[in-house]
Amino acid sequence: MLDDFINQFWPSTIDGLALGAIYALLALGYTMVYGVLRLINFAHADIFMVGTFAALWTARSMGVSDVGGFALIGVVVLMAVVAGTVAGGGAMLLEATAYRPLRKKGASRLAALISAIGASIFIQQLMGTVGVRWIFGTSKEGGKLDVNEHFKDLSNVVDTGGIVIRNDQLIIFVGAVLMMVALDQFVNRTRLGRGIRSTAQDPETAVLMGVNIDRVVSATFLVGGIMAGVAAALYFLRFETTNYFVGFLLGIKAFTAAVLGGIGNIRGALAGGFTLGLLEMYGSSIFGSQWRDVVAFTLLILVLMFRPTGILGESLQRARA
Amino acid sequence: MNLTKNGNGNGGLGQVRDRLSLDPLRDAWAGAPAAVRWIVYGLLIIGGLLLPSESIGSFMAPSGVDWPGMLSTQIAIYVLLAIGLNVVVGMAGLLDLGYVAFYAVGAYTMAIFATKYHWTFWESLVLAIAFSALAGVILGAPTLRLRGDYLAIVTLGFGEIVKRTANNSDYVNGPRGVQGIPHPPSLSEWEILGVQPLKYGLLDARPYYYLLLLFIIVSIIFVKRLERSRVGRAWASIREDEDAAELMGVPTFKFKLAAFAIGAAIGGSGGVVYASQQTSITPLNFEFIVSALILAGVVLGGSGNLPGVMLGAALLAWLPERFRELKDYRMLIFGAALVVMMIFRPEGLWPSRQRKAELAEGTGGMGSLGAEVAVPEHDGPGPVETREEGK
Repeated sequence: MLDDFINQFWPSTIDGLALGAIYALLALGYTMVYGVLRLINFAHADIFMVGTFAALWTARSMGVSDVGGFALIGVVVLMAVVAGTVAGGGAMLLEATAYRPLRKKGASRLAALISAIGASIFIQQLMGTVGVRWIFGTSKEGGKLDVNEHFKDLSNVVDTGGIVIRNDQLIIFVGAVLMMVALDQFVNRTRLGRGIRSTAQDPETAVLMGVNIDRVVSATFLVGGIMAGVAAALYFLRFETTNYFVGFLLGIKAFTAAVLGGIGNIRGALAGGFTLGLLEMYGSSIFGSQWRDVVAFTLLILVLMFRPTGILGESLQRARA
Repeated sequence: MNLTKNGNGNGGLGQVRDRLSLDPLRDAWAGAPAAVRWIVYGLLIIGGLLLPSESIGSFMAPSGVDWPGMLSTQIAIYVLLAIGLNVVVGMAGLLDLGYVAFYAVGAYTMAIFATKYHWTFWESLVLAIAFSALAGVILGAPTLRLRGDYLAIVTLGFGEIVKRTANNSDYVNGPRGVQGIPHPPSLSEWEILGVQPLKYGLLDARPYYYLLLLFIIVSIIFVKRLERSRVGRAWASIREDEDAAELMGVPTFKFKLAAFAIGAAIGGSGGVVYASQQTSITPLNFEFIVSALILAGVVLGGSGNLPGVMLGAALLAWLPERFRELKDYRMLIFGAALVVMMIFRPEGLWPSRQRKAELAEGTGGMGSLGAEVAVPEHDGPGPVETREEGK
């Protein structure tokens, strides 16, 4: 067991960082929405799923296979742009239809959670029953199957014997870090970012200070959606396959990552994502890959037992009642 | 934002809601003499007993579907689970997203002890209820110090851990699940109106339905008695304001743990009946969607109000089955219906008056959405209800 861990240390570290980057990007969407609305946005995972289909569609319509080097980077950027646009728009639409009416009526958070679960089921089924057939024009039950597209060339960028980094892992890691830096700058430097932070701290005062809450909430969903779309493109780069329920487990993991890092805390989502990705990979090299998810959730329970506000603590958000 | 809200005032919607109000019925019920109430209870039980009959089934189930089977494997199970989850979510105000774990513990305990150790159904039942309650304590003890959404995500994680452990353990055949779980032994061959209600076999689903009905009635009595006791008041106080409850000397941790254990025990009993009727279970029976659907039933019906919760769960179990001809689209419509329902009636179909008042007044335990700037609502029946609540 421990031998496996030592032998697999570098491969699992690198794979864990790549996986963690995807978790972290997805976790950002959860953590921002939670910070502003205090809502577990269950449908975020399905926004991500829609993004993977957008990425798939892009890869397919370009009709490339086995691209490497800078061409691959170009393909991924294009995929990320398309997926980010689709997912960002989808997230805004989701907010306007499923959450805004509830917010206007001052509904309880439990009602909002059920609405989120309903929206999640709806998006999933829409993709599974209609979406896939519409996009790919297949007469078969497309959504019920995995849809995949092979387009990348798996060459190693770094190979020192011990440490081997594949090009997809490098692109995922770098791409995700770039997005996170951009988001951090957006939230900390821009006017809208300040609006998001102030709404998260105290919505009533924010309104009194002239913050347009509706715009802030829309922007939060948009940004979260874009992050999910980019995560989807990167995910598709790594796994080259998707289906209509791909979001569910990944979504839970990403939310776990957000909680691990301290929910509502943007840098916490980052720390949580990488921690979860790494420990999951180490865990599966020790206990076997079928225990990967069990390791992740056990870790969550353990961390929350000893540090109930996550690794970095909550900061975007006011103290919980 | 405030201006539009009061100005447009939800005029039409508010009127519709007033008409949908159940208050006259509630007042009549509150004023009814005990004899009338007992008669109504009796009629409800008789109605429950007659439910599997063919004349009702021909409307409730599409042709070609076994209505008693649907009733026992879907509706009654969901109602029972919703009663259990209502203890945790509706009464104590703890958000549990992994309730299916306790259902799974009950079902797997039954499966293991019946197939490997040849325990009888009734012995396994007692053990399974004990194990589920224990699972509730094991999950609750370390995590109940967490609040709100942290608790929700931890329970969700626990549900996944249970499912995946079952999926990975060779002891319970991993993903293939446990087969050959015996039916409960027949108690008697006694026959009434063409039914043998105590003979548990393969073909007739009605005896299982009656068994579940018995469980449901026992659970209702148990939960109702609890609700009106010190325990129920403690739960209500925890739900409304945990800090205040703690300061008033309510041992909140103990009562939260009790809520978890009781809810888990009820869920476990549902799992036992499910396992023994199906005779085989696999980890796929215990997906997150089951937790989500039961929670949706609780909230849809009116979290905290037992009749409402049962109605909500029954509807959620029944509607997708009834409209089978829609095939793939039924879950699509179901998802949209949940959203629409929450927009137009967020308090649920049949909320308890107390909860409704709590929701109108403040956050009702779970708190409201973050970026909501609270507006005191003076239109509609809000203040009236608050006054009635006070007396």
